Amino acid sequence: MEVIVSIAIGVMAGAGVWLLLRPRTFQVLIGLSLLSYAINLFIFSVGSLSVDAEPIVRPGQAADLVNYTDPLPQSLVLTAIVIGFATTALFLVVLLALRGLSGGDHVDGQEPRG
Amino acid sequence: MTGTVDHLLVAPVLLPLATAALMLMFGEGRRGLKAVVNTVSTTTGLVLAVMLLLRVQAEGPAAFGVYLPGNWPVPYGIVLVADRLSSLMAVLAGAVGLAGLLYALARWQHAGVYFHVLFQLQLMGLYGAFLTADLFNLFVFFEVMLAASYGLLLHGGGAARVRAGLHYIAINLVASLLFLIGVAVLYGVTGTLNMADIAQKLSMVPPSDRGLLHAGAAILAIAFLAKAALWPLNFWLPPAYAAASAPAAAVFAILTKVGVYAILRLWTLCFPASAGASAGFGGDVLVWGGLATLAFGTVGMLASQQVARLAGYSVIASSGTVIAAIGFDAPQLSAGALFYLASSTLAGCALFLLVELLDRARQVEEDRPDLDDGNGALPAFLDAEPLPGTNLDDEEEALIGRAIPAALAFLGVGFTVCALVVAGLPPLSGFVAKVAMLTALLDLQTRPAWALFGLLIASGLLAAIALMRAGIRHFWTTQDRPAPRLRVVETLPIAGLLMALLAMVWQAEAVLGYTRATAEALHTPGRYIDAVMDTLPEPNPTPVQVPGVLP
Repeated sequence: MEVIVSIAIGVMAGAGVWLLLRPRTFQVLIGLSLLSYAINLFIFSVGSLSVDAEPIVRPGQAADLVNYTDPLPQSLVLTAIVIGFATTALFLVVLLALRGLSGGDHVDGQEPRG
Repeated sequence: MTGTVDHLLVAPVLLPLATAALMLMFGEGRRGLKAVVNTVSTTTGLVLAVMLLLRVQAEGPAAFGVYLPGNWPVPYGIVLVADRLSSLMAVLAGAVGLAGLLYALARWQHAGVYFHVLFQLQLMGLYGAFLTADLFNLFVFFEVMLAASYGLLLHGGGAARVRAGLHYIAINLVASLLFLIGVAVLYGVTGTLNMADIAQKLSMVPPSDRGLLHAGAAILAIAFLAKAALWPLNFWLPPAYAAASAPAAAVFAILTKVGVYAILRLWTLCFPASAGASAGFGGDVLVWGGLATLAFGTVGMLASQQVARLAGYSVIASSGTVIAAIGFDAPQLSAGALFYLASSTLAGCALFLLVELLDRARQVEEDRPDLDDGNGALPAFLDAEPLPGTNLDDEEEALIGRAIPAALAFLGVGFTVCALVVAGLPPLSGFVAKVAMLTALLDLQTRPAWALFGLLIASGLLAAIALMRAGIRHFWTTQDRPAPRLRVVETLPIAGLLMALLAMVWQAEAVLGYTRATAEALHTPGRYIDAVMDTLPEPNPTPVQVPGVLP
């Protein structure tokens, strides 16, 4: 399972970085979104991946990561998702504003000369 | 710690939040009321920060106010800590915020509906980032601060601002993502998010995880250094700060210092000389990166045609100076650097406020020539009057259009004082700070120390040349220019900042004593760790039987 999650994170992060370096604003936006998905998965995975484990302590079972899953990374991911969503939405607004003001979708507001 | 101190600690964060929420309810109109509420709240915030500083100062060397907002035992809940460094930064944030706001009252507040709300949220993010002692909470306050700064940067509109804003937002979003990776790795290695707890557990990290720990710390540092404008992560800063409206740029003067603060706090806490295998991790990067940043900022100042970009590069140079000085891990040097940080923040803020007035003075006589490549051109709002239909209260009406006879003299004196502080020439606070740093560097006797020594002197000279050139161009070239029209409320914040800079020279020994004690505390992180880890939550209140009162 670790391998699958790692590959998923790697593919999304790689695609995100590539898109981030593109000159079109929409590509940058999608790149940022992909990167934030990759990082959310990454935060999720630092709490050790486990199947069918829950964060609620049952009597008689030692409270460690073998028997339970760590709830803290999940709450961190939740916060990161909310913040990431809000800032991406803001970026989208600025993107549209720039498009309206410059008439193009180049990140610099104008096509490169020459 | 008594109960009042506890709640004083959280007040600078709660006050702007409550004010912002209150002002949202006012809707789109009622600008006069909003301006009053905002001014009262910002002033109160500054007073609270000063009270915090005096309280910490009065309590001697081991002064740490620790506040548990959720009353959870220490490693589990969020912790707020006010020590000397946080209080100093909070006072700077409050001072810069008040100056920016007063300046905005003259005309910039009319350029957008939610200016006051964004302004308060910006202050909340700043105070929170300085007071929190929890890594993830720091991320949240960073985001609050950044989200508000996006709005403030775009305040006033125009193509130049939107373009600069898009770059600024993209860079900061990526930096935030790096921040998250760093926090996640540190959590994975140490299993905690409390800064003091992380620092405490670092010595227990097994050698097999040490590489992962260093990678996480380095990624986290990149996020902070991008915010602190370390070369080569700082190309976003000059266009963004030059495009921002004057009050926003003035407040942004402290945003880079948040990155510097985070580096200073976490690096001294986690990687002191006593940290075993991780001792001084990344110190060389800070020193050489800081030197490169200082050189880049200085050359940028020389190359700038516009005063706004010059001010932006001066912010970069001051960031570089402080980061390089921190990296030496020498208390005496850090003390000088902290003094320099305070003085350069106030001077940078005043310089950004002066920039617009200087440009206005030039616009009186001629259309400003487009000197730059178009990236830094200020949009047309600059000279616009308040929107039609704007209700101005009586007091403000009286202020509008009152030409100060000595307006140009005021601008000249203000610019000269700022230039002296930024260039570090006597007799002002920049000079005191540089002498303190140079003296400490003489004791170090290492090659990087000599490099910083030389670069500090050279950058002072080059900054003086750049600022003098700008001053000559603005004040001496034309004699028959009509005096620019300034409003009293616009000159107040600049005068206040200059007075603060003069007060720093007047009381230089006291301020240096404070920064020395701050540096001393930073370089003995054990005190901070003990103060945080030994704090116990308040016991549950037991019902008290009061005779004669009905239940």
